[in-house]
Amino acid sequence: MDIRILLFGVTKEIVGDNTLELKFTGNTAGELRSHLVRQFQKLKGLNSLLIAVNNEYAEDDTIINEKDEIALIPPVSGG
Amino acid sequence: MEADMNELTNEKLQLDKIVDQVRNDQCGGIDVFIGTVRNATEEREVRYLDFEAYESMALSEMNKISEQAKEKFEINNMAIHHRLGRLEIGEEAVIIAASAPHRDAAFLACRFAIDTLKKTVPIWKKEVFVDGEVWVSVHP
Repeated sequence: MDIRILLFGVTKEIVGDNTLELKFTGNTAGELRSHLVRQFQKLKGLNSLLIAVNNEYAEDDTIINEKDEIALIPPVSGG
Repeated sequence: MEADMNELTNEKLQLDKIVDQVRNDQCGGIDVFIGTVRNATEEREVRYLDFEAYESMALSEMNKISEQAKEKFEINNMAIHHRLGRLEIGEEAVIIAASAPHRDAAFLACRFAIDTLKKTVPIWKKEVFVDGEVWVSVHP
């Protein structure tokens, strides 16, 4: 399926854009993270890397659908 | 349930407005936490900070925090306001206010809210130094 991923903070710099569009052959958030880490090796160096689906933190087994709003969440540093 | 009092803004945070939001006649105390921009990180001089957020999710996580705070502690109201964009040294990045009938709950609720915000709310801080910049990834 074709998905679009929102990028923030350091992941925006690693990927080089605000969003990333890709053809995803897996089903879950965990598979998507593995795919992204393979494609962008620098993501491996982050302390944590979470996936958000429709504004909620996803578990590794959360199913991803084409229409979902997906975001990559590097370590947060608000406050 | 009352409407959430939480906000993300590019404007300077207004302490009086936030305190007035949580103030009511049932409360015997209002506790406020203010997070400000420090001028150095590990002795490296900071010029300014730049905050960005995944705004829709950040607001949703902030609303979860104030709802959880109301469940965990005997508070009347909580407001969490976070600033985004460029912030100069000394400016307020976040203000959290909690009102409660008795002070203990207000202190505890503020502590819970800032500690949780730092772990869960998708906001990112870039520190701009005289000689470079870095997205902060570990927040003590």
